[in-house]
Order: sequence, then structure tokens, then C-alpha cells
Amino acid sequence: MSLRDLLQLFLLVVILFLSTKPLGLYLEKVYDGDKTFLSFVLRPVEKFIYRLLKIDPCEDQYWAKYAIDLLIFSAVSLVFTYAVLRLQPFLPLNPAHQGVVTPHLSFNTAMSFVTNTDWQSYGGESTLSYFSQMVGLTFQNFVSASMGMGVAVALIRSLAKKEGQGIGNFWADLIRGTLYVLLPLCVVIAIILISQGVIQNFLPYQEITTLEGAKQTIAQGPVASQSAIQMLGTNGGGFFSSNSAHPYENPTPLSNFIQMLSIFLIPSALVYLLGKKVGNLKHGWAVWSAMLIVFLAGALICSHFEYQGNPIYQKLGCVSSSNLEGKEARFGIFNSALFATVTTDASCGAVNSMHDSYTPFGGLVPLVNIMLGEVIFGGVGSGLYGMLMYVILTVFIAGLMVGRTPEYLGKKIEGREVKYVMFSLIVMALSILGFTAWGSLDAAGVAGVGNPGGHGFSEILYAFTSATGNNGSALAGLSTNTPFWNLTLAFAMFFGRFFMMIPMLALAGSMVKKRVHPGGEGTFPVDGPLFVGLLLGVIILVGALTFFPALSLGPIAEHFDMLQGHSYK
Amino acid sequence: MLKQIYKSSLKSAVATGSLALLVCGVYPAVVTVFGKILFPDQASGGRLERDGKLVGAKLIGQVFTRPEYFHGRPSLAGSGYDATSSSGSNLGPTNQKFHDSLKSNLESVLKENPDLKWGEVPNDLVTASGSGLDPHVSPRGAWVQVGRVSKARGINSDQLKSLIDAHTTGPQWGIFGEPTVNILVLNLELDRAYPLHAQARSSGEGLQSSVSAAGVRCGSETSFCSIKQK
Repeated sequence: MSLRDLLQLFLLVVILFLSTKPLGLYLEKVYDGDKTFLSFVLRPVEKFIYRLLKIDPCEDQYWAKYAIDLLIFSAVSLVFTYAVLRLQPFLPLNPAHQGVVTPHLSFNTAMSFVTNTDWQSYGGESTLSYFSQMVGLTFQNFVSASMGMGVAVALIRSLAKKEGQGIGNFWADLIRGTLYVLLPLCVVIAIILISQGVIQNFLPYQEITTLEGAKQTIAQGPVASQSAIQMLGTNGGGFFSSNSAHPYENPTPLSNFIQMLSIFLIPSALVYLLGKKVGNLKHGWAVWSAMLIVFLAGALICSHFEYQGNPIYQKLGCVSSSNLEGKEARFGIFNSALFATVTTDASCGAVNSMHDSYTPFGGLVPLVNIMLGEVIFGGVGSGLYGMLMYVILTVFIAGLMVGRTPEYLGKKIEGREVKYVMFSLIVMALSILGFTAWGSLDAAGVAGVGNPGGHGFSEILYAFTSATGNNGSALAGLSTNTPFWNLTLAFAMFFGRFFMMIPMLALAGSMVKKRVHPGGEGTFPVDGPLFVGLLLGVIILVGALTFFPALSLGPIAEHFDMLQGHSYK
Repeated sequence: MLKQIYKSSLKSAVATGSLALLVCGVYPAVVTVFGKILFPDQASGGRLERDGKLVGAKLIGQVFTRPEYFHGRPSLAGSGYDATSSSGSNLGPTNQKFHDSLKSNLESVLKENPDLKWGEVPNDLVTASGSGLDPHVSPRGAWVQVGRVSKARGINSDQLKSLIDAHTTGPQWGIFGEPTVNILVLNLELDRAYPLHAQARSSGEGLQSSVSAAGVRCGSETSFCSIKQK
């Protein structure tokens, strides 16, 4: 690791830190329905949509009503995207004449984008038309992200409210998040990306004759507009098959930096919003620092092992053992490893290098990041409510240790709340481990594996971890465009999304009703280093206890194989 | 209950329609228009022309196998630098196929560049990139090819070295990313500054080179070529 590597990491953290407060304050205004500097353009649009929907944005919904609206909206948009994919040849903007998408692939893809996962069982440039990308997928990128933010904000409201029943209005949250937060940020980021060389056009694929006289066809498309929301909405679904490794999707180190920053931007600001809303900014920053610590640890570990690389390189005659397989020359080791860490800390899943070719421990970091629930800044919204699960668990455990009823921000944590949290944690573990066991035993599952040995098991484990965690990155040697993989992964994505969101809304519904008690002598403080330490302990303990056995069969076993110089056929 | 579900579905449909119009219609249109006005070259793909003919895109690498050109990295996109199916090898570190491909890539790099010593081969020249379309190599990756190119073109190697220096970019703003050389741009410049005989560019030879390209990139391991991202 060079000094310049660390400087880039430092810059990323500093800019993220500086953006957190202003964007957090802006989010507060947006979700309170206050006037912002964009209101003069967007307010009329917002009001017009409310009128179309015949809703009152001020109606404070009971949690169950919020949840039902969310589920039905998700179902309707699932059908919408499925239909767009199935009808692809009959729809416009299809210069490359892409055909019908198979039912299982359409189902997988629709579910994947509805759940903010963006798992890609397809190759973008070889399967989808511009229309499918823009209308079928980009649409979901916006609304699934906006829904995630809405749920996080609803949970924050329930903690901040002194009394009441309602947790906010689903429709207002959905529309405000899309209009005021995602759209303007996306326009700005997309234009910056174009300046770096990300393409944005509707040209047919370009035929050229290369310098050596061969023919080359170059895929085109409206890439920048999709790439911006792919990062800002922590969706991760790229325009091209190789995602952000593609030079048209991520052409320069600067575009790479901007993309990493945009992944963390909103999740980080939401943490500030938490502190601001509950009237305890220190608590917000405490949670933020816990996230930062895990992020830095992951980035340093991952890049260390990629630099150390694979002994085979030098054994065969290379100048160093650094692992450049699957990485782009302009990013090198560090910016590839950093991107891999960022994209899995958040539930983004965009990749600028092929995780399948990482060293075992380099690849372990992204895998563990997802297993921890993507709570290190995390997905837009889902990161924060995931982290709040751990916070509640921490407060609960701390309360048990001193023998008092645990309180969080003055509200009592009781059996019901802990059950909601445990339900989500257990469903997640069951989905990852259960499906992985199934995929490893079923011939239809094993058929997709692209690498032999322990690495093959890692591919299966990574796939279901990524799907359940709604991440979407992959060890892409695994061929998943088969009925078995498309369907199992779709269900893993469904469980990971809605069996987490709905309990969190229920939690919000239960917290909102609780009276706030002023903190006393024995109240566990949630704003100091002790809290940060305990929180980190809980996160790592839960993650390690659940997943260590599976990890030891995959990456850990493979690590020792690699050092010994073993290989598998 | 049913009534609420019905009402909510109706709202969902309307919300889907109106938001889709905004984020799939207005938003990409705004970005496209701004892109076209502010950065027309970049937005349309950084096209490179020579004698009025399209010869490539600045960011998309090409297959180079002839000795008089600098060569890029091995590519697993299609049969090599296929810009309609970007892909890496996705081979894991303990996969025998990965070891084999490394070995065959190393052997061909050493054979093509007799000056290059065993144990000094730059890693980027023998590893496939993530996209399979990487237009760059490291500056070292270009320097080690100077001997071969200067011999094939009959020019002084110092001239070539200064040409490489002139085409080395990065770290961007002195901070971001790695220093790189764009092989396609370098080769174009090479053709312009030190042109070869005209017939070397004839189409007949070109066809041959595209066939041999696939062979060289994948070594003798035909099975290696079939392992690809979906």
C-alpha cells in the first residue's frame, strides 16, 4: 500500500464527512415537507402527482397501512417490469434487436430490481434493449431506493415522536425521496460522469475496423443516466455485463472516485438525520463512527491481501505477486479493492473488478460485509434500519448485563421489539445458509459453478449472500441464467428485502406508541466510545457466530490451498 | 380490507405511471441533452477517426498481435475485445485453468519480447482485465515492448520511449488511480508518426490477424475460452 493509496482513502472519508451534515439537513426538510431550494420547480410536480393519486400527503399512516401500501406498490411494479422484459421485441428503442427475455430470467430480473438487489443473471449489452434498461430497470432503481429511504425515515420518526400512532405517509415518502433527493443528485452525478467519458446516447451499436483490420462492434446506450442512479440508489445494476469495470461505464479513476462517493452519500446523510431527528446528534455520530471503523478495516484488509496476491504469479515468472486478474489497469489494486469494499458495505453491488478472481481473503471482505447485513453506511435506507437492529440488540444486551429494562433514546425496549429484530436476523441467516446448502447439494445448483474446489462453494455462498442481502454483486463465474438459479435467487432476494422491511415497519409501529422517559443514572448512554465498542462487538459476534463455519469451507480453506500452491481441475 | 387493497393497487398503478414518466422520460432526456451540449465527444463514445474512417473508440481496447504494434492485456470479452460482450475470466486463484492461462500468457509475452527476462514480466500483461476491453497497460507494460516494436518498425528505441512518456497519463490530478498508457491511442500515434507500408493495412491480412488473435489470447487452452461470464 502506498502513501497515495492512503491519501485517496483519506480524501474519500473527508469528502463523505463534509457532505453528511448538509445533505442530512436537506433530507430533514424534504421528509418534513418543508421548503427547499428546489421547491420552486418540484413542488408543482409533487402536488400534481398527489392530485393524480388522490392522496393527502399529511395523512399520518398507521404502520400496517404503510406496509400494505409498500407491498402492493412493489407487487404492481414487479408486474410492470416483468411485462416490459417479456414484451421487449415489441417495444421501442431496440436498435440491436434483442429478443424476448425468458420467463425465469424476467422474473429473476424483475424481482432483482424491485428489491434493490440488481443481481444480473443476464448480460446487459447482449440481452436487453435500451427501453428495457431505461423503463424496466432504471424505474425500479429509483423507486426501490426511495422506498428504502422511506422505511428508514419512518423508523426514525417513530423513535423521535413523543406520542402518536402514525409513522408517516408511504406515498409522500416515495414521491419526495424520488423527486427531491434522487433525481437532482442523479442529474448532477450523471453529468460529471459524462465529463469523464461515460457515454449517454441512443446510437446503434458502432461498427468499426480496428488498426489491424479486424471488425469490432461497440455497444452504445444511455449509460450515464443509469450509472448515476445505480450508485446513488445503491442498486448496482450496470448497463453493461461487466458493470463498472467497463470503460464506458467507469472510464477514469476520478469517475471511480465519484461513484464510490455516490454510493455512500445518502446512507451517510441518513445517519445524521437520525441524530438530528431524535435530538441526539452525538448518537448519530457515534453510529457513523462505528460504520467508519468497519469500513476502514475492510478496505485495508481487502487491499492488503490483493497486493500480497497469489504466489503463483512469481513462481511462473511475473515481477510481483499482486493480483491483477479481473482488474482494470487504470484502477490497479487499490481502487479495485476499495470499490469492492464500498460496494458491499453498502448494498450497492456494482463492481469495477471481478470479485471471482480475488484472492480468498481479498474476496472474504466483500462477502463478510454483506453477511453483516450491509450496515456499514449500507444501502439507502436499508443500511440505517439494518444498523438500528444491531443498535437495539446492543442496548438490549447492555441492559441485560446491568439488569435493567433496556431503553433506547428514552423508549423502553421490550420483548416485542427484540422479537422483530431477531426475526429479521434469523430469516437472513436461514435464507443464506439454507439456500447455500440446497444449492451445494442439488445437481442443478452445482451445474452453475464455474470454479472447482473450495472456490466453487464460495461462489454458491456468495450468490445467496448477495441475493439475501440485496447486494447484487457476484462471483460471476457462477452461471445463474438457469431456472434453478433464477428462481432460488429471486426468492432469496424476496426474503432478504421484505422479511426485513416489514418487521422494521412493525418495529416502528411499536416504538412510536411508547412514551419517552427521561434518562436516569442507570441509562446506558448511546453516544460514547463504550457504545461504539459494544455495537461493533455485537455486529461482529452475530456475524461470526452465524457464518464462520460456512466461511471456513470456502474462502478460508482456499486461502491455505493457494499458499501451498494447490490447484483444482 | 379488500377495498383498501383495491384502492392501494390503483394508486400504485398511477404512481408507477407518473414516476416512470419522470425518471424514465424526463430524467434521461435532460441528461442526454446536457451531455450533448457540454461534452458531445464523451457522450457519443470518444470516437477515433483516421482519414475520415472510424478506427475505434478511445476507451475501448482492440486486439493487437502484430509485432509493430504495442499489445494490450489478454481479453476474455467474446473471442477477444468483443465490445458487445464485456467480461473478465472469472477464474479463481486456485483454479488450474487460471494457472494454465497465466503460464501460456507468460510464454507468449516472453516469446514476443526476447529482451524481456523471466521474473520481470509485468503482471498486467499476463492477466485478463475485468471488462475484457481495458484500453490501457501500465507504463512498464509498454516499456518492455519497446525492443520488439522498434525492431519491427526500424526506428530508434529512444524515440519510442519518449512517445510512451508523452502518452503516459495519471495518476489523475496527481492523486487518483494508476499511471497508464492507452495502447490504442499510442498505436494510432505510432502509425501517424512512423507509418508502415500501406499494404500492411490491407484487409486480407486484417482478417487473418483477427483469427490468430483469438488463438494467441487464449493460448492453446481452448476450454479456457469457454469459461465466461454469462
